Amino acid sequence: MTAGPGVPTREPSPARSEPAGSGSRRGSRLRTLTRVLPLGPATALLAVFLLGPVLWSFYGSFTNAALTGAHARSQDWIGLDNYARLFADPVFPLSLWLTVLFVVASAILGQNFLGLGIALLMNRANRVVSGIVGTAVVSAWVLPEIVAAFVAYAYFSKDGTLNQVLAGFGMTGANWLYSLPMLAVVLANVWRGTAFSMMVYRAALNDVPVEVTEAAMIDGAGGITRLTLITIPMIKNSITTNLMLITLQTLSVFTLIWVMTAGGPGNQSTTLPVMAFQEAFKFSDIGYGTAIATVMLLIGAVFSIVYIRALRPGKE
Amino acid sequence: MRWNAPIAVSVLVATSMVALVGCSSSAETSGEKTLKIVYEKTDSFTALDTLFTKIKPEFEAANKGVTVDLQPIQAGDDDYSTKLALSQQSAETAPDVFYEDTFRVRSDIDAGYLLNLDDHLATWDDWSKFNEGAKSAGMGDDGSVYAVPLGTDTRAIWYSKPVLTAAGITVPWQPKTWDDILDAARKIQAAEPGVVPFNMYAGKGTGEGTVMQSFYELLYGTGDTLYNEKDQKWVVGSQGFKDSLAFLETLYSEKLALDPSEALDPNVWKKVFGELFPQGKLGGTVEGSYTPSFWQTGGSYEWPAYTDDMGVAAFPTQDGRAPGGVSMSGGWTLAVGAKTKNPDLAFEFLTLAVNEENALWYAVNNSQIAVRTDVAADPAYLAANPFVADVTKLVDVTHYRPATADYAKISAEVQAATEAVITGQQSVAEAAAAYDKAVEGIVGADKVSKK
Repeated sequence: MTAGPGVPTREPSPARSEPAGSGSRRGSRLRTLTRVLPLGPATALLAVFLLGPVLWSFYGSFTNAALTGAHARSQDWIGLDNYARLFADPVFPLSLWLTVLFVVASAILGQNFLGLGIALLMNRANRVVSGIVGTAVVSAWVLPEIVAAFVAYAYFSKDGTLNQVLAGFGMTGANWLYSLPMLAVVLANVWRGTAFSMMVYRAALNDVPVEVTEAAMIDGAGGITRLTLITIPMIKNSITTNLMLITLQTLSVFTLIWVMTAGGPGNQSTTLPVMAFQEAFKFSDIGYGTAIATVMLLIGAVFSIVYIRALRPGKE
Repeated sequence: MRWNAPIAVSVLVATSMVALVGCSSSAETSGEKTLKIVYEKTDSFTALDTLFTKIKPEFEAANKGVTVDLQPIQAGDDDYSTKLALSQQSAETAPDVFYEDTFRVRSDIDAGYLLNLDDHLATWDDWSKFNEGAKSAGMGDDGSVYAVPLGTDTRAIWYSKPVLTAAGITVPWQPKTWDDILDAARKIQAAEPGVVPFNMYAGKGTGEGTVMQSFYELLYGTGDTLYNEKDQKWVVGSQGFKDSLAFLETLYSEKLALDPSEALDPNVWKKVFGELFPQGKLGGTVEGSYTPSFWQTGGSYEWPAYTDDMGVAAFPTQDGRAPGGVSMSGGWTLAVGAKTKNPDLAFEFLTLAVNEENALWYAVNNSQIAVRTDVAADPAYLAANPFVADVTKLVDVTHYRPATADYAKISAEVQAATEAVITGQQSVAEAAAAYDKAVEGIVGADKVSKK
């Protein structure tokens, strides 16, 4: 950096930099620049690998890009045709509903509450029990998604573990993946994802000072009162953060559903990611597939905004 | 906890970046020439891999400084095609020679993935030995040839002689009408509980199998078709379409076929070949001429007794009308990538793979119907299994899929219609109407002809 004639040779101290004159203001600008500099590579990577595909997908959704046929060679701008087709597609409302159902049932209700419940119980349990429970829960999360998906398939399939256990008790289980596909994938996702919420809540509960809970206890607050009036408000930010993360993760779950049911039978477990994959790669219609992806992006954005708003008041 | 969100987000970003970086392949920098060969390999389809592995050293010895890079894609037909199409997006990843399904040839020619082979074929003597019908499989709308056929196939009824005999049906069996099939199936049902009388694929799980080995045999035996080649329009509202759906509905609702929940499993064909037929638990089904390849020595489900226990019959037309039988044909080709840097070498490799010796080996070991006239006349080809002559004869009554770019989507709609009918989600009329509407939505009202 070359120091211009107006720049004082002496570096302004942080305490003095704000009320100082024009020369040091330029110095602070320089400092801001050097402070921002280390963020450069990260920002560039984010732009290339996150923003880039998002923009490409957004652009692609207005074209008839395809993997085969004449449109693979040259794609045309077709405006909102893909969206018009999507909103007229009878599968779309079903798919949208299934996606919301999947997110609410498996993430917001299942993973979130089960994770919180296990975390609370583990705080009270002795070390051995909590160790065993923790390992059991986390092991499902550690598995690669494809392995977890095959495990879940083997568990729920017609001749799978679940039905064999039921047969041991003299009961005949349903063909879960066929007759209750959404229940099967929701349970599988709860099984796989609860560990994340559990870990977030365990960390959060450890931050709740014992004195506060003890004080409440002395004041005569019972277990449920302490939970609702002390613990939950104190970990509110963790709850919101956790909800946001698991919602976005669950919104994009593909492998689990694809392996277990491939979106079937019929379209009865075709969530938006499955639908986007089918359209883009099975039917080679990249333009239409990216239109679905864009809609998913918007749904994710809506959820995020709700959570970020919820996070705001507790922030002071 | 305030920092959790940014940290978690950056962890997610970091992992996805690692994954993305892993996807990009490193560019070749060596001065030597490399030929990239892309093809399909599965646990039940290894013949092409064996062939390429065998000719690789041969080709490298004849062409010094050339490395043959074999890149088998381990996936089913659909996923293979997707991966292949994705690799075609960049010259870096595009193959020099690749294995291509005949029904995707035209659509991929439109996409500019295949090299025009006319000039190369003109100087290749063996080309005149290829069957004329098979040659057209690799032809584009412009009349040029873009792909060389490896082999073709036909579809027929495969039936279990012990099961039919036990039900009092005389073998060899040749149904003349659809009702003959239902009669035989009902006899088996009455005589042998626990045996699936006659299965025909349906639903989206079995993908192209549903249409190639079930629905089209029905539809093309009614006098109606899926697509009118003459005016290049898709046929909707035909009685034949409804009759075909109704036949499947009868088969499934009377429990003459597998339970719908099993029929919708994408892996049901493994059960058919691996368990049901060898254990004598299935009367008959419609399957391809390649069926013996599963049971031959070295196949996925070795079953030496198949030569005695199995019989083959042509699928009948609806009411016995001419020509008295229906079959469907597909088959695969080898093509040269349009983005190849070494078109001459790539074509040379292709011709080595389909020369007389290798074509004979491939036809025998992959139970293909030969497309070279010299191979078709070879005693070794005819002696490959007891059914070669029967299934080869079906070439006379065979049909091909309409190889348009929209075909895959239309096929998916047909599959959806069969699934809706066998699961009882829709009546035949409802499913047919939904199909008609979907086809019009896909190709536009000006590309359909109403019956």
